Amino acid sequence: MSILVIAEHNNINLKTFSLNTINCASKIDLDIHVLIAGNKCENVCKEVSAIPLVKKVLHSDSTSYENYLAENLTPLVVKLAGKYTHIIAPANTFGKNFMPRVAALLDVSQISDIIKVNAPDNFVRPIYAGNAFATVKSTDKIKCITIRPTSFDPAPISGGSAPIEKVDATEAPNISKFIKREETKSERPELGTARVVISGGRGMQSSENFKLINAIADKLNAAVGASRAAVDAGYISNDHQVGQTGKVVVPDLYIAVGISGAIQHLAGMKESKIIVAINKDGEAPIFSIADYGLEADLFEALPQFLEELNKLNTIQK
Amino acid sequence: MKILVAVKRVIDYNVQIRVKEDGTDVQSDNVKMSTNPPDDNAVEEAVKLKEAGKAKEVVAITIGQEKAQETVRKALAVGADKGIHIKAEGYIEPLGVAKILKKVVEKEKPDIVFMGKQAIDDDCNQTGQMLSAMLGWPQGTFASKIEVKDKTIQVTREVDEGLETIEINLPAIVTCDLRLNEPRYASLPNIMKAKKKPIEQLIAKDLGVDISNRIQQLKVEEPPKRKGGIKVANVAELVNKLKNEAKVI
Repeated sequence: MSILVIAEHNNINLKTFSLNTINCASKIDLDIHVLIAGNKCENVCKEVSAIPLVKKVLHSDSTSYENYLAENLTPLVVKLAGKYTHIIAPANTFGKNFMPRVAALLDVSQISDIIKVNAPDNFVRPIYAGNAFATVKSTDKIKCITIRPTSFDPAPISGGSAPIEKVDATEAPNISKFIKREETKSERPELGTARVVISGGRGMQSSENFKLINAIADKLNAAVGASRAAVDAGYISNDHQVGQTGKVVVPDLYIAVGISGAIQHLAGMKESKIIVAINKDGEAPIFSIADYGLEADLFEALPQFLEELNKLNTIQK
Repeated sequence: MKILVAVKRVIDYNVQIRVKEDGTDVQSDNVKMSTNPPDDNAVEEAVKLKEAGKAKEVVAITIGQEKAQETVRKALAVGADKGIHIKAEGYIEPLGVAKILKKVVEKEKPDIVFMGKQAIDDDCNQTGQMLSAMLGWPQGTFASKIEVKDKTIQVTREVDEGLETIEINLPAIVTCDLRLNEPRYASLPNIMKAKKKPIEQLIAKDLGVDISNRIQQLKVEEPPKRKGGIKVANVAELVNKLKNEAKVI
């Protein structure tokens, strides 16, 4: 067996979820090759080469790969696919975008968003927003898989020296064009990997009020999340959304503020180690999964919370 | 311009999902079914383009058992012109669904296919991308805003980092995010009118495509239950518990 991991990167650095993907791959087989398709992405190749679990780095460089357009990346993966039993990428908006194209052209059924590897052809994946877990067995010769990054630890990043092999770029089909990316810049940790996440819901009532959340996030070195209701209402941008169609987070501490706990939201955070709920409605479903529930008006509770945190001598970072 | 919209009938998003006792699947007998939520956004966007004079015809398609027709009727009631129902029993994987849709696209020759970005039952997030690869078309996935031009569509996509804008050539596939628009409700007169609109019925296995499943579902189980915890009286107690009991801050 041989595994091809498709790395996610920004042409300069490898993105963290690729490390979780490589670690997941190692549960299937140790013959792991990593494809880095990008534009002038030599540094990413160096980073991946140093990952001890990686046996070989495949580097394909072309301007057409710069923005990971699925139409351009797919032919390259399909060209390489024949040598592999498994093709794996993270189940985030990078992997979800191109992997089904690869699977379709190989005429195989993709296994989406796996959270556990039982055997090289046997996996566990959540369905119905995580309200059920399905154990599935793939009968396809090549298995196209996306993995839930937060269900696997990241692979160690140093000590290896895998060879880097050049792969010719495939021709771009020229049917799609990248225009722009509006990234939300933040000094805070990334939502997907943060140790602490504090999220606001519809109860926040305005984007202005999110400053109460932000102040605590700064104090705890936390990422800021939100429910779909808060994003839909325009209080905060979409990249903060936690839930079935947003991000799945598994922090040590998740603080849900003014979030009632719709099934779709719980799907994105219920695996968190410790869950805190602050809500003035004592009947809110979020309390049924919270380790610590505080029934209170968030506009009083959040300033008090910050005050109490300020009193502490030390806070874990 | 002609638009094809694919809609799927799923267990309603408000239904509390229960796993069958024999562990083969989730319970779907006698539970409320409705259109997959982002598919409603797909229909809405198609109808809006028609109202704006950019599209001439909107065709809604579904695949599934007899009752799946309800989703097409609903699309007709909010403004689609014609329906197609591909009859099929049992679960078909996204790969098979994409193959069926490809057949229909070849016959109907739409300029845009709209669909939801993900079905809330199997949570696969594959069909749109698979269909566009099979057709050799470009895709605009997770779309939260679109602008249809002469020969292209500009699609704003919801990605992990924020928003991304791409321009894709027509014909194209667009998979819709929930934030693309606000789906309308059908009015009673329009529901009555929709009953007279045509729905063409075809049988999946007559289409000559291999829709056999490649993935065996061995077992379905409930996720580990999370125990509810305690309620704290005030913020001071909360911080104390987090610091000294849970040791997370």
